[in-house]
Amino acid sequence: MSAGLEAGEYTSVELTNAHLDDIELRNSASNSFITIAREHALKQAKAADAQRANGNPTPLTGIPIAHKDIFCTEGLLTTCGSKMLSNFHAPYNSTMVERLNAAGIVTVGKTNMDEFAMGSSNENSFFGPVTNPWDRSRVPGGSSGGSASAVADGLVACATGTDTGGSIRQPAAFCGITGLKPTYGRISRYGMIAFASSLDQAGPMTRTAEDAALMLSYMSGFDPRDSTSANRQDDWLTAIAHNGIPKLDRPLSIGLPKEYFADLANAEIIEAAQAELAKNGHTFKEVSLPHTQAAIPTYYVLASAEASTNLSRYDGVRYGHRCNNPTSLQDLYERSRSEGFGEEVKRRILTGTYTLSVGYFDAYYIKAQKIRRLISNDFNKAFEEVDLLMTPTSPTPAFRLNEHAQDPVAMYQQDLYTVPTSLAGLPALSMPCGFVNGLPIGMQLIGPAFREDTILSVAAQFQQITDWHKRHPGETA
Amino acid sequence: MNWESVIGLEIHVQLATNSKIFSGASTHYGAEPNAQACAVDLGLPGVLPVLNERAVEMAIKFGLAIGAKINLHSVFDRKNYFYPDLPKGYQISQFETPIVGEGSIVIALEDGRERTIGVTRAHLEEDAGKSIHDLFPEQTGIDLNRTGTPLLEIVSEPDFRTSKEASAYFRQMHTLVRYLQICDGNLAEGSMRCDANVSVRPYGQEAFGERTEIKNINSFRFVERAIDYEIGRQIDVLESGGIIERETRLFDPDKDETRSMRSKEFSEDYRYFPDPDLLPLTFSQALVDKIALTLPELPDAKRTRYIEELGLSEYDARGLSGDLDRSEYFEIVINGCKNAKQATNWIMGDLSAYLNRHNLEISASPVAAAQLAALIARLDDQTLSSKTAKALFDGLWNKADSNQDVDALIEEMNLAQVSDNGELTGIIEKLINDNPSQFEELRNGKEKMLGFFVGQVMKMTQGKANPQQVNEIIKANL
Repeated sequence: MSAGLEAGEYTSVELTNAHLDDIELRNSASNSFITIAREHALKQAKAADAQRANGNPTPLTGIPIAHKDIFCTEGLLTTCGSKMLSNFHAPYNSTMVERLNAAGIVTVGKTNMDEFAMGSSNENSFFGPVTNPWDRSRVPGGSSGGSASAVADGLVACATGTDTGGSIRQPAAFCGITGLKPTYGRISRYGMIAFASSLDQAGPMTRTAEDAALMLSYMSGFDPRDSTSANRQDDWLTAIAHNGIPKLDRPLSIGLPKEYFADLANAEIIEAAQAELAKNGHTFKEVSLPHTQAAIPTYYVLASAEASTNLSRYDGVRYGHRCNNPTSLQDLYERSRSEGFGEEVKRRILTGTYTLSVGYFDAYYIKAQKIRRLISNDFNKAFEEVDLLMTPTSPTPAFRLNEHAQDPVAMYQQDLYTVPTSLAGLPALSMPCGFVNGLPIGMQLIGPAFREDTILSVAAQFQQITDWHKRHPGETA
Repeated sequence: MNWESVIGLEIHVQLATNSKIFSGASTHYGAEPNAQACAVDLGLPGVLPVLNERAVEMAIKFGLAIGAKINLHSVFDRKNYFYPDLPKGYQISQFETPIVGEGSIVIALEDGRERTIGVTRAHLEEDAGKSIHDLFPEQTGIDLNRTGTPLLEIVSEPDFRTSKEASAYFRQMHTLVRYLQICDGNLAEGSMRCDANVSVRPYGQEAFGERTEIKNINSFRFVERAIDYEIGRQIDVLESGGIIERETRLFDPDKDETRSMRSKEFSEDYRYFPDPDLLPLTFSQALVDKIALTLPELPDAKRTRYIEELGLSEYDARGLSGDLDRSEYFEIVINGCKNAKQATNWIMGDLSAYLNRHNLEISASPVAAAQLAALIARLDDQTLSSKTAKALFDGLWNKADSNQDVDALIEEMNLAQVSDNGELTGIIEKLINDNPSQFEELRNGKEKMLGFFVGQVMKMTQGKANPQQVNEIIKANL
């Protein structure tokens, strides 16, 4: 697409119009978009064409993309999938949006998501569920379900997502695309609506590792407005626009954490992927991450605790949903919040409020922090032995709509393989590595902190020798 | 029964930074409502706090000034509660690990005794906004300009036994933060406010009684009145067989009483936990050492120097060192006139009287320190008499122009003493000729008549004659 723009085969305005027409025609099938931003997009496309004419385009200039509706975008609605913010126009751009704008991208719309990024199926959206392009009776995963579905459906080539416990990787796996959750601190959180601050991380959702790397290079960087943003200079990252993904200078030792393969249904697919990677000389080794089983409860204690106070600001006083005719301050709070938030959000606010309360704080929050350190140490030890870890992304392929709706705990188990990495703040990528019954299966590569280069290098190698990532829904799998 | 009261204070000091503790918005007082609240202060979705390093430096400066332990590692916590003027639904504060640990400060009591008061801790936090209940009928206005103003909360040990001790401590802290230039000290604008924890117990009993907390007291006088009322109330309750309940109370200065705000059973669980948006606050001992070098001469050191080097009385030294502006004024005056005694007398005497009468702070004095120094110098070289000096002071006050040259005004007001021998001799000889009988009496030893002649000379010269010279000339004529 970038090559077509560069060669002058089409302008960004033409490309953008084509995308918008396609989205308007086909969005109703998936419900991927909450906002389709024609006017905004065409304005950006014109500016992108001008940027190209002036001779200083980036590889992203003029490319239509979609943002998960969790990123504040000036001039567009930012709902976070919630009734609470269904009328919210942010007066500023998130740092990540600002960076991509500076690179010349075109925002064609804002994608659907689980409310406040809480969910693994995209069924918790005030704007309705999203369907999986591979099977419309199934979920696309969540919480970045709209972005994953839009990319898989070919509505856009790239989208942004956020990942707190697997919200980029699991929908990427369910929809058969490439999704990267970078190291915590790699991409600024400023202007990204908070779910669990110590875990939230933005990342690219694309068809290929190459596109993910390119997106990453423009999304990331130190931001003085985010105290948890990493202030570091990685030459490989800034060079991606010119040099592409760095080439590996030696075969790697890749670890297979045994806890991730214990009850795996489709183990043969992952084994086949190993065989492909072995062709590049990589070797495999079983490792152990002994605290894996504790990750889910630990994650739900910490994420809910942080969420319960992050969401306190939605009180109906300054912006967002406000109940009609409040009779008192208490009434204003109670009705605005109970009307504005959905079931899952309420469940997590209640859980988080409970675990932070006097008398329970030590037993839950403090204990969870200790386990979080143990989980992090597990990874540190593993990376003393191996360069990279390879695991399945999720226990099953995409499940049916409503399949887990009545059982939140079964839903939480979806995140079994993605949550530990989030707790450790490590980078991880999911990409398709096979199909079962026409549904894509994702494999996950996990690297040491700030070594997205290693992950992307191996992913690119894999995508050179396989074509799972090139398959489109509708073709025979 | 004899009762002993036990009091502790929590003082909130607004730090004098230009911008807020976690955002770039201005902290200037008095702007239009909500004109100084940015996206971070408003708690909009997605915004994040970034710590203002100036607030950290000021907290360290304070800690050093009270000899406290400075914690090189401290943590910001979220204190969760809902209130319309708290936009995020939590206040960022320091709970488990404050930046400043234990320290102490010496206070002087009215009888001249000194007491050392323990400071438990001081921590950084953000101020909340203001709810305005009296502007719109049946509605509450919210002004978020104050939101995010940096606060240093200074918590004392329960070391006070009287309200006077508590107010002396409040004043001493006020003096100190002004010296350190970390707070403008403006109580009327809320730059310093305190909460008082009050309990009573029978004399001799070791265990503390149940305490109540009086919130948001913003004057030295109200501290005493609120505490005294509360002590009386608690004793009344206990002596009539009641029990004191842990509760929060408000002081109403109009009715001179405290009223219950909320009792403990409704007290909130603030669900403190470390704010994941902020990294732990860490800095090096080198930074602390660097800040230590910037500490000014503190009030106690200044007072001692005034006594030992300038020969001031304890009373004057305390009066002049007890306020940063007054001590700065004093030091400009003595640098200009080299006469500490006169400088003290003028500042503690006439200047204070004039300022009090016009309800002015010394920083707003119409007579500049350099002008007072020049006035004292002209008194010392006898250009002025004590009487014309007062006239000159009054003239300077009325001009209220710090650029006014003092010698020019002496000329303009014709206040220089007449020291010219020829002129005075002529006047005196004429007087003697006009009043022969009085002169005869003087010559016969009636010393009282000397006063008559001096008085007449003064009258004829409008008080400008140098009295010493007048005496000498008259005696020479005898």
